[in-house]
Amino acid sequence: MSIDRVSGLALLGIAIFVAVESRVLPFGTHSRPGPAYLPFILALFLGAMSLILIFYPKKDSLIIKQLRWREGRHALAILACCFFGTFAIEQLGYRITMIIILGFLFAVLERMKIWWALLWTLGLALGSFWVFDSLLKVPLPRGGLGI
Amino acid sequence: MTETFQNLWLGFATALTPANLFYALMGCLIGTMVGVLPGVGPLAGISLLLPTTFGLDPTGGLILLCGVYYGAMYGGSTTSILMRIPGEAASVMTCIDGYAMAQKGRAGPALFISAFGSYIAGTLSVIGLMFLAPPLARFALGFGPPEYFSLLAMGLIVLGYMTGGSMVKNLAMIALGLLCGMIGIDHMSGYFRFSYGVAALGDGIGVVPVAVGLFGIAEILSTAGQEKRPEVIKPKLRDLLPSREEFRDALKPIGRGTILGFFIGIIPGSAHIISTFVSYAVERRLSKHPEKFGRGAIEGVAAPESANNAASEGALVPMLALGVPTGPIPAVLLAALMVHGINPGPLFIKEQPVIFWGLIASMYIGNFVLLLLNLPLVGLFVNFLRIPYKILYPMILMFCMVGVYAVNTSYVDVAIMSVMGMLGYLLRKFDYETAPIVLGVVIAPIIEMSFRQALAMSGGKYSIFIQRPISALFLAGAFLMIILALRPLIKKGIDWGWRSQLTKAEKGD
Repeated sequence: MSIDRVSGLALLGIAIFVAVESRVLPFGTHSRPGPAYLPFILALFLGAMSLILIFYPKKDSLIIKQLRWREGRHALAILACCFFGTFAIEQLGYRITMIIILGFLFAVLERMKIWWALLWTLGLALGSFWVFDSLLKVPLPRGGLGI
Repeated sequence: MTETFQNLWLGFATALTPANLFYALMGCLIGTMVGVLPGVGPLAGISLLLPTTFGLDPTGGLILLCGVYYGAMYGGSTTSILMRIPGEAASVMTCIDGYAMAQKGRAGPALFISAFGSYIAGTLSVIGLMFLAPPLARFALGFGPPEYFSLLAMGLIVLGYMTGGSMVKNLAMIALGLLCGMIGIDHMSGYFRFSYGVAALGDGIGVVPVAVGLFGIAEILSTAGQEKRPEVIKPKLRDLLPSREEFRDALKPIGRGTILGFFIGIIPGSAHIISTFVSYAVERRLSKHPEKFGRGAIEGVAAPESANNAASEGALVPMLALGVPTGPIPAVLLAALMVHGINPGPLFIKEQPVIFWGLIASMYIGNFVLLLLNLPLVGLFVNFLRIPYKILYPMILMFCMVGVYAVNTSYVDVAIMSVMGMLGYLLRKFDYETAPIVLGVVIAPIIEMSFRQALAMSGGKYSIFIQRPISALFLAGAFLMIILALRPLIKKGIDWGWRSQLTKAEKGD
């Protein structure tokens, strides 16, 4: 199956989801459109575009098996770091979260020598905290431990 | 005219305060670095810097962010010429002849013409902005909800056409962006939409986490793990000045690139990128020696570099005069104004003359500062390229997290950034453009309000959009774009018709 068809199916799923979810909200009338009015129209439009992609994919569109995921391992690890950062930043504080994320990226993922990894991790995590929090007065979280 | 110069005087009085001069300098410096570093575009750079402007006055904040925008256009050419790697997308065309010149030992003149052309284009475009934006804003004061809806709809469709790639995919991305922009409280009825009890989503999805996710994180995810260390050609600064012939050959392309770039900049779409392709193609067509292009023609450096600078400032015309962003970068700049409690729109120039004219004056200063920065300090900026990518990307990731968290001091924004990063990565894989999503998120509240108000005005009759002449004109523009996009399909249809007739004739029917 081509990537146009696969992505078209995914977009069709989103369009159906939005259309169904819009039914929870008042639709209103043409003269007084409600909060669901435009989302529903957009869902129909998105659905129409996705149907074009499904039924008329580009001829030179890649087959899904042809997609290369060479950077996939790195991408997954970095994405995991992003989600870890999401939930840890307020619990552990900015500095500890960044030390964990940067330490993982430098030492584990990039296999840097431990002393270099440690130096870069501490320098960046603590240095950025100093620049943003202390110098530029951008409040960064200190976490439950107040660090 | 006298009023314009009086206002400009006010602008220089604002821009020349020590604080604003410092912000202009910092913006240009950071912008040049953003332009030099592959993987960090002006959009991600501006989004990341946005939180640091919260403590500044709106004028200073806007001067800093706009400095990053046009500074990145200058910086992007350095990597294109010295490494054949575009620092950002608008410098792709410069790679072709810029690098060829560098290989011939003419990196210095290529860098000089690039900086000089950018300076001329930047300065002339500020003059264009200065004279065009105020009358456009006065004209737009007569716009009602139907005109605004049609203008925004046309803008989105033009963006879909101009962004490149498949228009169907672009339109789907616009719809997705608009739907994302409708998450949160509906301002006309007070209903929560698509927020599933998450209070932090009440205010909707912010443009910064969306932009940083789609452009910053997605770029890291797509490029992480690469080990290649590109070769950097060291420019000889003593050979910086071009020959008289090279200088003469570059002058007309600079002029044409400036005019083309400025007017393409006003049109929605990734104007600063498109303008470089158009100006390069125009120069090649006009040249008496088109065979020189691709082998180190100075015109191939002068025209696109002038065009991208002119376009970046042309894009500010609809943003400042109408409050309508034409691309993702003006959208983030608009969001920056809104953070400071300033309502963009036709009244902006009248109500905020200090900000508008201060910004205009700062651009004159900024362009001059960039000319000074880019030539003598080119060696310094090149050193940034020696930072290995395995150190660079964790740094960018860290800045993304700080920048996004600091906007609302909320982990929800970091979550949105992560989700958008994943979405952006997948969309790139599946050959989708992500810029329409950012623009959709910003425009969604304005377009929805205009649409609903227009329908309320007309008692639910859609004909209001074609009964009002300006609105009809905008919709006709949108329709024209759709026809242009469908042209290949129509042509193919005609072709099929002709072929079927031929087949029938061959069969003797």
